[in-house]
Amino acid sequence: MADSSASAPRETTGPAIPVIGKSDTKPTWCPGCGDFSVLAAVEMALKRLKIPSHNVAVVSGIGCSSNLPHFLSSYGFHAIHGRALPVAEGIRWANHGLTVIATGGDGDGFGIGAGHFVHTMRRNVDLTYVTMDNQIYGLTTGQASPTSMMGQKTKSTPTGVIERPIDPIALALASGATYVARGFSGDVKHLADLVTNGIQHHGFSFVDVFSPCVTYNKLNTFDFFRQRVYKLESAGHDPTNIGLAFQRSLEWGDKIPIGLFYKADLPTYEDLEEVLSAGPLAQQKAGLVGHENVLDEFR
Amino acid sequence: MSEILVRTGGEAGDGIASLGETLARSFARMGLHVFGLNAYQSVIRGGHVWFQARASDVRPYSQGDGADVLYCLNRETFDIHRVDLRPGATIVHDPEKFTIAPGDIPTGTKLLPVPTLAIARKYTSQAILQNASGLGAMAYLAGIPLPVLHGALADSFGKKAGDVVQWNLGASADGYEFARRHSGANDHAVSARGEGKLLLSGNQAIALGAAAAGVKFLAQYPMTPASGIMHWMAAHSRELGIVVKQAEDELAAINMAVGASFGGVRAMTATSGGGFSLMVEALGMAGMTETPVVVVESQRAGPSTGLPTKTEQGDLHLMIGAGQGEFPRAILAPSHPKEAYRAAIDAFRLAEEWQTPVLLASDLHLSENFATVDADEIPVDVPIPPIATATAPATGDFLRYAYTPSGVSPRSIPGQPGLQFVAGSDEHDEKGHLISDVKAGVPIWVAERAKMMDKRMRKLEGLRKAAPPPFLEGPRGAGLTFVAWGSTVGAIRDAMPILDAQGIASNLLFLPTVFPLPVDFVSSVLESARTTLLVEANYSGQLGQLIRQETGIPLPHRLLKYDGEPFYPHEIVAKAREVTGRGGQ
Repeated sequence: MADSSASAPRETTGPAIPVIGKSDTKPTWCPGCGDFSVLAAVEMALKRLKIPSHNVAVVSGIGCSSNLPHFLSSYGFHAIHGRALPVAEGIRWANHGLTVIATGGDGDGFGIGAGHFVHTMRRNVDLTYVTMDNQIYGLTTGQASPTSMMGQKTKSTPTGVIERPIDPIALALASGATYVARGFSGDVKHLADLVTNGIQHHGFSFVDVFSPCVTYNKLNTFDFFRQRVYKLESAGHDPTNIGLAFQRSLEWGDKIPIGLFYKADLPTYEDLEEVLSAGPLAQQKAGLVGHENVLDEFR
Repeated sequence: MSEILVRTGGEAGDGIASLGETLARSFARMGLHVFGLNAYQSVIRGGHVWFQARASDVRPYSQGDGADVLYCLNRETFDIHRVDLRPGATIVHDPEKFTIAPGDIPTGTKLLPVPTLAIARKYTSQAILQNASGLGAMAYLAGIPLPVLHGALADSFGKKAGDVVQWNLGASADGYEFARRHSGANDHAVSARGEGKLLLSGNQAIALGAAAAGVKFLAQYPMTPASGIMHWMAAHSRELGIVVKQAEDELAAINMAVGASFGGVRAMTATSGGGFSLMVEALGMAGMTETPVVVVESQRAGPSTGLPTKTEQGDLHLMIGAGQGEFPRAILAPSHPKEAYRAAIDAFRLAEEWQTPVLLASDLHLSENFATVDADEIPVDVPIPPIATATAPATGDFLRYAYTPSGVSPRSIPGQPGLQFVAGSDEHDEKGHLISDVKAGVPIWVAERAKMMDKRMRKLEGLRKAAPPPFLEGPRGAGLTFVAWGSTVGAIRDAMPILDAQGIASNLLFLPTVFPLPVDFVSSVLESARTTLLVEANYSGQLGQLIRQETGIPLPHRLLKYDGEPFYPHEIVAKAREVTGRGGQ
């Protein structure tokens, strides 16, 4: 089995090689948007891990939060709506020496991109997925999202949402994610720890972030979460127990857990894909020269 | 010319395809050129399936017309195919399974009853072994030497060994011997012509060409008739170092391929029209982010699920128009496995050089049928230039989308220091910064958007020059000019010498690149053509519409077919005679 982490230059650094920083593009988010904290947390995590910015690829779909790659000095791919994960997987498989981070919103990841969300997790692809979950469609000016709560009135649901919300944490656990965490934009330091550990995790890491929309969601506000969130780390939760993780994931009401729900050490897709044991695909030899014997089956 | 057409049919599950492939392989090893047609339905068991192998010392480009040897595994096969039998044809069947009254067979043909089941019982209780004795009888009639048949048959079992292989060899030898004792060889029996040829399907040729061009990543979702590309790649993944990913859907497949290409490898996906419809949005993303990607679109009869195992060329407009907005693309349309191999190589060359999606248009008739090539027609020594072309600027920002005369900008890949950029599906400036949100509508950015569109679209003119050029096959002054694309060309190539023998000289305007249309060449050929005949496997004559749109030249005579079946040379001949005023003569 290949050890993909061996070829990942995650701890290498030198004076000439800049670690991540902000790009010269200023975020376009509304003042007070939760996504600023997520950007700060991702930047803090990458700085802490001293990963050279040219070895990072940040991938997103479409939505307010999906503009995030433009605000960092790394490589980035700002893809179409819902497709951040398959693009990120492709990048990761082309060069598993890279640190690949996918970012996006709840509509992008759990609505139009829900199929990819489930399948990327079952593959345990070694990338980090950070969702800025504000339970609303912001960029399209305030429609219900897959995580909007029952009864919430939005432009598309003037009499209230009549579908039950997706539970991203429970879905991630059921789909085989090996690092499942939830953060809150109101606690950047805690969030940065979750992202740092997620990037370091060998396998698919998922960090769902309560990242309130200050413009279109008047229900799930910073105050809403400040009054309710508690940290699993302080509650004595055992993140190696998937049954307990499921139980915690179902908690929603006066008390809502944040922190690490579950972590498991399992082979990644890249470990199990034999072709990648010869090193990053982008550095391997290509073509049929030397492989002329493949023609024999046609003779 | 020495030519034979052998045909066998039965129910799905009877093993018809492997029978046919063994015959086709045998002919190829005899040094003959072969076309093998595998006609089947979307069921795993039942239904009527048949295979035709046409072997000749002159390359056949289609399945041809008629059959010289017909092996019927059931009565239905005889009833359906009797009308196609050529004079001198031999009908092989087992009277223990069903009878054919001697009076029922067409004039000039003969019956060869072979006790295939009785022969099979010598070896095993498994009735499927009857095929092997029937195969032996067909091989004898066709002129295939027994050792050649046995070599192809043994190889068809791969590394499997043991009783099953021995039974098959034994039963086929018995069938061969039975035919030798009870029949003369068929009038059309062929003989070996020297060095063996390679036999491959269109899908195999595409996969092989892609591998030669340096593909390192294929993501695909299963869909007939494109799945064979994934099957070949997956079987050779480890050996060739190609990651093959069966994606959760076609949306993921193309997005993975685009991601892998951005990540620094040559990447592709393959599908049919239904899956391609799902890929449309990401195709535009590849165009917008200037990320090379090769997409194989192997058409089948539509619309919607359509006829999943039948052929059509109904997706040309879809391929030309796929994606909102406008971006450069090329559509290559090979007609034969030999061309499909080159087209795959050209597709990667163009995608990389012009940093844009390239479509390789196939269809079921090309993808799934077999034909021979000579080894020197599929050279594996293909140049594979480096992907990253940018060097870090001494000062200032790296401009991933720099304005250039050709429209092609220097490209970097993740992992290269100092060359970071963000590939954006939104409109962006030379650096890759978005001009879509806050800047759109501001006068200097209005101009920037137009400049960026101009830059991208300049690549279309480059593609027009760099793509495989059109040519005219046959004499320039011929009275009849065929216009066609893709696998339809095969039946036309076979019809042209037949017409020639009837005193109708013809030529063929062949377009290996259907888009961007080589307008000047097409115009010059069609303006001087006396009579034209457009041949397409679709309802609307889509290539004809494109040609009229781009050149203003109408193609009034059309032979269009949309019943799911491929063209046969005799259909082309009949229509050609009609439009040249020779019909009914």
